[in-house]
Amino acid sequence: MTTAVTREVFGQTLLELGSQDPKIVVLGGDLNKSTFAYRFGQQFPDRFFDLGPAEQNMMSMAAGFASCGKTVFVSTFAVFGTGRPFDQIRVGIAQPRANVKIVCTHAGIVTGEDGISAQGIEDLALMGALPGLTVIVPADGPETDQAARVAAREPGPFYIRLSRPATPIVHQPGFTFRLGKAETLREGNDVAIIACGIMVPAALQAAERLAPQGIQCRVINMATLQPLDEQGIAQAAAETGAIVTAEEHYRHGGLGSLVAQTIGRTLPVPMESVALDRYAESGKPELLLAKYGLTAADVEKAAVRAIGRKRR
Amino acid sequence: MVASTSRMAVSTSDVIILSATLPSPGILFSPNGLAPLTPREHQDLKRIARAVRRDLLLCITEAGSGHPGGSLSEVETLVSLYFRVLRHNPRHPQWPDRDRFILSKGHACPGLYAVLAHRGYFPLQDLLTFRKIDSHLQGHTRVGTPGVEMSAGSLGHGLSFATGVALAGRVDRRGYRTYALLGDGECDEGQVWEAAMSAAHYKVDTLTAIVDRNRIQNDRFTSEVMELEPFAAKWKAFGWRVLTVNGHSFPQLLNAFARAQATQGRPTVIIANTIKGKGVSFMENNPDFHGKAPTKAQLEQALRELGVAAEEGYQPLTWERMP
Ligand SMILES: [Mg+2]
Repeated sequence: MTTAVTREVFGQTLLELGSQDPKIVVLGGDLNKSTFAYRFGQQFPDRFFDLGPAEQNMMSMAAGFASCGKTVFVSTFAVFGTGRPFDQIRVGIAQPRANVKIVCTHAGIVTGEDGISAQGIEDLALMGALPGLTVIVPADGPETDQAARVAAREPGPFYIRLSRPATPIVHQPGFTFRLGKAETLREGNDVAIIACGIMVPAALQAAERLAPQGIQCRVINMATLQPLDEQGIAQAAAETGAIVTAEEHYRHGGLGSLVAQTIGRTLPVPMESVALDRYAESGKPELLLAKYGLTAADVEKAAVRAIGRKRR
Repeated sequence: MVASTSRMAVSTSDVIILSATLPSPGILFSPNGLAPLTPREHQDLKRIARAVRRDLLLCITEAGSGHPGGSLSEVETLVSLYFRVLRHNPRHPQWPDRDRFILSKGHACPGLYAVLAHRGYFPLQDLLTFRKIDSHLQGHTRVGTPGVEMSAGSLGHGLSFATGVALAGRVDRRGYRTYALLGDGECDEGQVWEAAMSAAHYKVDTLTAIVDRNRIQNDRFTSEVMELEPFAAKWKAFGWRVLTVNGHSFPQLLNAFARAQATQGRPTVIIANTIKGKGVSFMENNPDFHGKAPTKAQLEQALRELGVAAEEGYQPLTWERMP
C-alpha cells in the first residue's frame, strides 16, 4: 500500500491555495516545520504570521483577520489547537461563524514517542461540541488535499484533523471528496464498519480478512463528523443490521458517540465501537495501536461481535 | 415622551463637532480629533456623554440586569472615539476602510450600544430591548449588531482580535486604524500579554489599546484581587508606548489619541484613569455596581444627578435635547 504524510500534503495544498487566492492568510505557533505551514510562509511572508506557542492569541487574531474578509488557516498540533484555546474558538470563531480553518496535525496516539500530553484523543469531542463548526477527519493524503480545498472555498469555521506519520492511501486517483457525506469504500450487507482517519485502512483490512469466512463487510469512510450524514448512517443500519465504528480517539464524544446517538434515534441495531478507553503512553505508533486496541484485528473482532448480537 | 429615531440622532447640529470637509464620499463621519476642542465642541461632547450615561442606565434598568459600573467609566473614551476620532460611517458599518473599534470588555456593552445608537447605527428605541428575547442587543456584544466588530463576553480576547484586524489592514495596504478597549481587571488574563507581545513584535503602530483603569473588577478592587501595578511599566516592558490620562477628560483623551496616531514602529496603550460608576454618586467606586442593575428608585436618583428633568420621561432622547 502506498502511503502519504497528510500534514505534508496539507502544506503543499496550502501553498497552491495561497497562490490562487490572495485572501488566504496563515497563522502558526512555532510548529510550522512540523505542520508544513512554513512552505506557505516562505512563499508568502506578508501573509504568514508565526505567533509563537501562544495559541489563545493566535485563535483570536485569526478571528480578527477573518472579520476583515480573510480566509484564515491556523495550524498547530491537535492538543494545542483545540484544548488550549477552546474558549477563543468557541466565542471568537464558532459563535460568529468566522471564516477560520483550524488544521491540526499530530492528532491521536500515533503521535507516538512524545507521550500522552502530545497525543490528542479528545479533539473531536471538543470541536464537535461547537455548533456550526465543520469537523473533517481525512482518511489519507488525497482526501486531505481535497478537504483543505473545500475548507478554503466554503465560508465558515472548519476543523481538519491530521496525523504525524505516513499513513496508507485508500482513495483511487480522481475520487471526489463530498463534504458531509458518508463514503462507501466497500460493499457488503452483513455489517457496516464506519471509520474515520487512520482507522479507515484498518477497517478495509478487517473486511478483507473477513471475506474468506463469508462475512461481507460494508466499509464506510465518515470523514465529516459535523455536519453528520445521519441518513447515510441510518441507511447502513437498515441494510446491514449491525454497526462497528472505528476511530483513533477517546470513546466518548467522537465518531462512535455520534453514530450511536444517530442509530438510537433512527434504527437501533447492535453496535460495537473500536476506540480508546484510556490515555496511552510513549512508544512507537504501531506498538501503541496494538497495545491500545486499534488494529485491523480489533476491528475484525468487533465486527464478529456485532454480527453475533443480531437477532436471529 | 416619544423617543427619537436614529436618523434624528444624526441631525445637522450633530455635524458641528465633525469635520466640515469630507475626505471621501464613503466617509460620513471623519476625524478632527487632532484639532483642539472649541468651547462649544467641548460642551457638546459633555452633553453627549450625559445622554449616553442616561441611556445606558435606562437600558440596564429596563433589562433588569447588566453592568453599569464599567459602562459608566468608559463613556468619555467611547464618545471621543465615535464623535471625534474614528473614520466610520454608520450607514455603511462594513465600509472596508473604516477605523475599527473593538470592545474587549464585552460586559460593558450598554455604553457601546448607547454610543452606537446616538451615532445612528440603529434606532435609540432599540436600547430598551437590551437583553430581551429577539433583540439584536445581546447581554454581551455579539457580531450582528450594526457597528459591533467582535463577539465578546469572555475576557482577554479583544487585543488579539484587534491585532489581527490591524495586521489585515497591513496585508491589504489599507490606512485604517484599530482601537481596542480593555478593562483593567481583564488584564489578569494571560492572553492580554500574549497579544501585547505579538503586537509589539510585529510593530503594529496602527493599533491603539485603551485600558479603562477604574481600579475595580467583578468582586473587589483590582489591588485586592490581583495587583496590576506597576501597570504602565509592564506595558512599557512589553514594547508599547504608554500614555496615561484622566479618562474622563475629553482634551486629555483626544490629545492621547493624536499622539498615538503619530507614533511609529510600536503600538500605543492609553491608560485611562477612570472612576467606576462615574456620574452616579452611589455607584462611584462601588464594586457592588459592577454587574447589578439599579432599581427604579435608584434610576430616578441617577437621572436627577445627571441633570435629566423628570418630565422628560424614561425614554432615550437625542443628545441635543439634553440640558
Ligand atoms: Mg475594572
